Amino acid sequence: MAIGVVVFPGSNCDRDVRWATEGCLGVPTRFLWHEERDLSGLDAVVIPGGFSYGDYLRCGAIARFAPILQEVAAFAERGGRVLGICNGFQVLTELGLLPGALTRNEKLHFLCEDTSLQVSPGHCQWLQGYGDGETIHLPIAHGEGRYQVDPGQLQELEDSGRVVLRYQANPNGSLGAVAGLTNRAGTVLGLMPHPERACDPATGGLDGRRLLASLLG
Amino acid sequence: MPVYSARVLVSLRPSVLDPAGEATRAAAGRLGVEGVAKLRIGKAVELEIEAPDLETARERLSLLSDRLLANPVIENWTLELAAGGQGQDPSSPVGEG
Repeated sequence: MAIGVVVFPGSNCDRDVRWATEGCLGVPTRFLWHEERDLSGLDAVVIPGGFSYGDYLRCGAIARFAPILQEVAAFAERGGRVLGICNGFQVLTELGLLPGALTRNEKLHFLCEDTSLQVSPGHCQWLQGYGDGETIHLPIAHGEGRYQVDPGQLQELEDSGRVVLRYQANPNGSLGAVAGLTNRAGTVLGLMPHPERACDPATGGLDGRRLLASLLG
Repeated sequence: MPVYSARVLVSLRPSVLDPAGEATRAAAGRLGVEGVAKLRIGKAVELEIEAPDLETARERLSLLSDRLLANPVIENWTLELAAGGQGQDPSSPVGEG
């Protein structure tokens, strides 16, 4: 079992993810520089939060062309598990691994706070450690987290059980209160909240730990 | 009071470096679109304004563009203006435009 964490110029949660996976869970973790192409020996890849380059045009719009992400897309196609957190979620939508887009928060403010989320794990491999309908608490820290997709497609996502995390108080105005989405296979998860910041009791809560621990199952 | 539709196009002055445009130009190559020799990013602001006549609308929008929508130190702006609100395309102006 080994995890890769993608690092862009501008990533700032890469160390936090490694602390959670290696420090808290003991899973060997290696950083993947954006110009690399080698994913050999990895069981899962995490695209962490922060920024990717300057996030010109739209968050993640340029990052999707990074050499490492061509490999990550192929890895996901082969059934590899991919987790995109915050900016990583934005990158996954620009890359086309998840539908929709993340836009400026409804009330414009950068939001840095704890949120209550409802989990509907369904077929998502990353969420098998949670009960159906369970409420968990994870921090968010973003300016552009308002999920948008066309209404017909949202219905389709709902019907196929792909909306796996939902805000209880919808802080950013996301359509359908979407906080996290999975792909058809349940192998890719994108979410705006930060599970890696809730893996150690010293830094506030343990609700994110089961998400990353699902890798061990 | 008549309604006018306007579009203000804000662009960087030619002398100002645009690193975001340059990064986007580089990404065009990675997408496989060759030959993009120049790419500079600006803004398009669409708005509707109520004013007694076209000239007054133009004056107010010029003030707005010069003092709020653009920074004349680094940006140029152009104004497209047409009579009528709600979906009127300001780029095909009526009369004086």
